[in-house]
Amino acid sequence: MDIGGINPVILVASLMVAAVPIMLAALGELVVEKSGVLNLGVEGMMIVGAICGFIAAVASGSPVVGFLAGALGGATLSLVFAFVTQVLLANQVATGLALTLFGLGLSSLMGQGYNGIKPPVTAKVPFGPLTDIPILGPIIFGHDWMVYASIALVALVWWVLRSTRLGLIVRAVGESHEAAHALGYKVNRIRLGCIAFGGAMAGLGGAYVSLVRVPQWVDGITAGAGWIALAIVVFASWRPWRVLIGAYLFGGITVLQLNLQAAGSGIPVEYLSMSPYLVTIVVLVIMSSGRGRSSLNAPASLGQNFHAAR
Amino acid sequence: MLRRTLMTTAAAAGIALSLGGGAMAAGPMDNVKACFVYVGPIGDGGWTYQHHQGALDVKEAFGDKVEIQWQESVPEGADAERVLTQMALGGCNIIFTTSFGYMDATNAVAAKFPNVMFEHATGFKRDSANVSTYNARFYEGRAIEGLIAGRMTKSNKIGYIGSFPIPEVVMGINSYFHHARQVNPDVELTVVWAYTWFDPAKEADAAKAMIEQGVDVIASHTDSTAPLAEAAKSNGAVIGFGQASDMAEYKPSPRVTSIIDNWGPYYVKRVGALLEGTYEQVDAWEGIAGGEVLIGEITDAVPADVKAEAEAMRDAIAAGTYHPFTGPINKQDGSPWLAEGETAPDGDLLGMGFYIEGITGDIPQ
Repeated sequence: MDIGGINPVILVASLMVAAVPIMLAALGELVVEKSGVLNLGVEGMMIVGAICGFIAAVASGSPVVGFLAGALGGATLSLVFAFVTQVLLANQVATGLALTLFGLGLSSLMGQGYNGIKPPVTAKVPFGPLTDIPILGPIIFGHDWMVYASIALVALVWWVLRSTRLGLIVRAVGESHEAAHALGYKVNRIRLGCIAFGGAMAGLGGAYVSLVRVPQWVDGITAGAGWIALAIVVFASWRPWRVLIGAYLFGGITVLQLNLQAAGSGIPVEYLSMSPYLVTIVVLVIMSSGRGRSSLNAPASLGQNFHAAR
Repeated sequence: MLRRTLMTTAAAAGIALSLGGGAMAAGPMDNVKACFVYVGPIGDGGWTYQHHQGALDVKEAFGDKVEIQWQESVPEGADAERVLTQMALGGCNIIFTTSFGYMDATNAVAAKFPNVMFEHATGFKRDSANVSTYNARFYEGRAIEGLIAGRMTKSNKIGYIGSFPIPEVVMGINSYFHHARQVNPDVELTVVWAYTWFDPAKEADAAKAMIEQGVDVIASHTDSTAPLAEAAKSNGAVIGFGQASDMAEYKPSPRVTSIIDNWGPYYVKRVGALLEGTYEQVDAWEGIAGGEVLIGEITDAVPADVKAEAEAMRDAIAAGTYHPFTGPINKQDGSPWLAEGETAPDGDLLGMGFYIEGITGDIPQ
């Protein structure tokens, strides 16, 4: 059942793992952008989450503590962004970029002395005999719990945004902060909460890189994953389930191109490397053609600061 | 990038402090400012880490007479030129550019600052008199890795994570495969190009992809310890090698031995020559014999007879009695490259753009 020397079952199973960090980070950023805030500091929050999670997991010996600490680290860093943009009303783009630079430096400082240490192993969920089912076993039942948690979080965010009062408020703040304010909602406070959630998710994604995907700490470990997460949010046109598809696509192509090489395929690697970005452009063109900007689904107040003047 | 910005500020401050004191090309000097440009972070645990150890050796050897400055994670390309210009303006007397991709930037900036000495690692261009190149014969270490890989593999599939298809890497692949084939005629080589020097997640994925294809010995030419971390997940079924640095934390398995880049002696020698006024342009290429390439401890995961064989090869290379590329060796297409007993001329190695016979796949162009 190998196709071109590649076992598709193993390929799917490994792309699900490869996609987790960018999926978590993109999901957090989606909520942030839905509330009308553009936080370009995803990369910085991810890497701070990666080192916080790593330090906590090594110190406690428990990956669960590590993931919690990663989320906490990312959220804490995002509060710096929230303070500067929501209280001091600084430019969001510039602040977000600065946050990435700050996060990279901070993580490098925190990571001193943690090179070459092995973190505790994140166990696979014991499904027992289910794992031995052909095809479905490795794909569905062969992962660590973070893979399932990431999918559950996609469903949760989708449900909250679509069907709950909280989701409606977040969307209202993102679409028209003036209107939300007139209705009595505390715009900046709601945005602050969303930013912290986005930071926690990015931190969780970062912790997955340093605890599961690479299991070690080296400087710059996320290597641009945060930027891909930002691209996925646009690719997904701010819809949670499309974030999942986007993350699997990006993760899948990365894994596939390496697998194709290992299998000795003749397709030049350059074409595969550029394909996710080509797909993004194609999707954006298709979605934005004809039906105007509304079809792109971008929150109307995205990137605009709000100050309650009245 | 934050670090880069900070360093820019530092360099600008350096201009003010140096008061335009240009470097002397000849004659003894009282003080030398030695600067280092790194392609990755010092904390990569591999390539850049080792260069930085060399830089620290310089500081230790000369104390107050030498000031060292460095900049991490400098992208190869236009940014490198800017960084080098700032360093040269900032009073650096000698600048070490520690990645192949800095070649053109180094030569371009060197032409503008004839009084600043430039030392480019792993390159071959010396356009002006103040550019020297230095390299290490890593392929000698690859030979020993290849021998161990050929003896140790159970699936007869060995792997190599390439960074970029440049002669330096192709040389390593050929040496690795040649020596694996010599001891195990059934061995097959899988090469995966990562197109990066440093991206731990991608390096880990590359290792994972190979392991899924049945590869059980992985050599890597990228800078981080991620491939070893991935191999470590296999509970001893897959082995690998420390690359650039000893990577001793993965002993005794998956890391069964390592190639250690030992730049310290060269850096100390060159900065010392500048202080004494005996500095000259060179094209340095030392290997195991010169102490620039060290072979890390071969662990007990390797059977004693294989270990003895590997150590014998290491000693033969060190003594100069064995050259890793000794004929007969054919090129991939079957055409002869080296005749029986002939050893590869350095020129062939430095411009190596072909696989040897037995390797499948093409080098990306």
